[in-house]
Amino acid sequence: MSSSLLVQVTSLARRSTLRTMRQPAVVVSAILFPMMFFAINAYGLDAAASLPGFPADSYLDFAFAFPLIQAALFGAITAGADLARDIESGFFDRLSLTPMRPSALLLGMLAGVVALGLLQGVVFLAVGLLFGVDIKSGVAGMVVIVLLTVLVALGFGGIGAMLALRTGSVEAVESAFPLFFVSIFMSSINLPRDLIEADWFRWVATANPISYLVEGIRSLVITGWDAQALLLGFGFAFGIVALSIAGASAFLQTRVAR
Amino acid sequence: MAEKRAGIEVENLVREFRKGPRAVDGIDISVEPGEIYGFLGPNGAGKSTTVLVLTTLLPPTSGTARVAGYDVVKDGPKVRAAIGAALQEAALDPFLTGREHLNLQAALHGLGRKQRKRRGEELLERVGLEEAADRRVRGYSGGMKRRLDLALALVHEPRILFLDEPTTGLDPQSRSALWSEVSRLARDEGVTVFLTTQYLEEADVLADRVGIIDRGKIVAEGTPEKLKAEIGRPSVEATPAEGSGREAVARVLSRFGEEIAAQPGAVAVRLMGGAGDLADVVRALDSEDVRVTNLRLDEPSLDDVFLEKTGRSLEGEGAQEVKEAQV
Repeated sequence: MSSSLLVQVTSLARRSTLRTMRQPAVVVSAILFPMMFFAINAYGLDAAASLPGFPADSYLDFAFAFPLIQAALFGAITAGADLARDIESGFFDRLSLTPMRPSALLLGMLAGVVALGLLQGVVFLAVGLLFGVDIKSGVAGMVVIVLLTVLVALGFGGIGAMLALRTGSVEAVESAFPLFFVSIFMSSINLPRDLIEADWFRWVATANPISYLVEGIRSLVITGWDAQALLLGFGFAFGIVALSIAGASAFLQTRVAR
Repeated sequence: MAEKRAGIEVENLVREFRKGPRAVDGIDISVEPGEIYGFLGPNGAGKSTTVLVLTTLLPPTSGTARVAGYDVVKDGPKVRAAIGAALQEAALDPFLTGREHLNLQAALHGLGRKQRKRRGEELLERVGLEEAADRRVRGYSGGMKRRLDLALALVHEPRILFLDEPTTGLDPQSRSALWSEVSRLARDEGVTVFLTTQYLEEADVLADRVGIIDRGKIVAEGTPEKLKAEIGRPSVEATPAEGSGREAVARVLSRFGEEIAAQPGAVAVRLMGGAGDLADVVRALDSEDVRVTNLRLDEPSLDDVFLEKTGRSLEGEGAQEVKEAQV
């Protein structure tokens, strides 16, 4: 008896999604915290919109990428920690004793990340529109925003999976959260790169791939259809997805090698 | 090529950990198809490491192991298809229900949708979890988790079942229910069972044959009866009543055998003439007016076997066979 990859992935994705949705604290904090940071930033840094050369009419529009990126990070850490918990508890061994293909485990877990990313993207869009965010690229742009958010969630999810499979420790995965969080702030999340005054900060933000993810999403909100920003945003997102999933697959092979 | 009715064959199996001693140190085991093999030993003896190697979850350092006729290193997928395992900790997802666990396990084993449902119902009934089937596992008791764990190991009708300390922490009722199910599986379905335990009674009651492992080495192997017979004669232990001195009891008992270690305040001897001496012991105590509050005949136990082979007593819950006679 062997089950198809599709059945395996579907079953594991269902489990991953059920598990997340049955932890209301996880779902609520994955939605609430990014919204809170968004509200605080939009209110506290509102005056930045009057800086000469600021690219948006309102800081609310400019900052809208923030909750989407942060939410993707929350989802990734949760999924990574769940996978590490499976390893610690022996559930991973239980799955390994079935004819399951290792790739199904990874894909199933990432499908859960995508589901949460999709939910977050749709909720943030709805809340953003309610609070007056003006999306210049229109309805089609909204769809692309959700797509890019899901792709970012997938990439971050891959990094979470890499950490979980490499260390097998919930603690190790969760302790990476502050590092990720700082790397979001070390990007162009709060200010356009050309308006960052400190040279070293501007240099770090330019080298930080998260800047291009942020700017891809942001361009759809404040500019409309900016081919270069979208190309860079999707390019970096696909790059992170490819690298993280390749890394996670390699660690998975090592863990199940026998 | 695998034989249809192969059991477990282990030759000179070694498993070393980088910074530790040899967890498994050159063991040989042969388990016949349909047999229940009890692998007995204290904590840290190497029982679980052996199970991890035999279930392909841990590669051996050296030696060979064939399970269901397949090599655990070269034929991992074939071994895994033939075995079911309930490892030391019941590895369950607290956020899924019992039914969802069974459904997931069955799907990963390739059962069709209808088959999954039918097999799930059948197993839930068999382990007595029908009523709790749709409750999340986080609310299950230890016994319920163990029963679900067993059900999950049986989803694909394995030929060989590995149970790693399946009754640790269970109440007597749950333990007894699990023993019945394991016996039934071997008797009615011909499933080969490799059972690790630190409970003497469990090995004694369930196992057709027992292997005793200590510090990675097998120190004794055989049927429980054979192993106990090797130790020899039973012993009798008497606790003096108030007014009858310990010395008086020891003097009478010394006629029946050599003195051995006893509970504080009591006297025990290994009976030269076997269990038949018990009536003579009672008559001798009575004729000399030596009164005792407790007189107990102890058959040799697997703990005595362990003590004999290693010089130490087994940790954990002992299960001496005790025939107690209140006098």
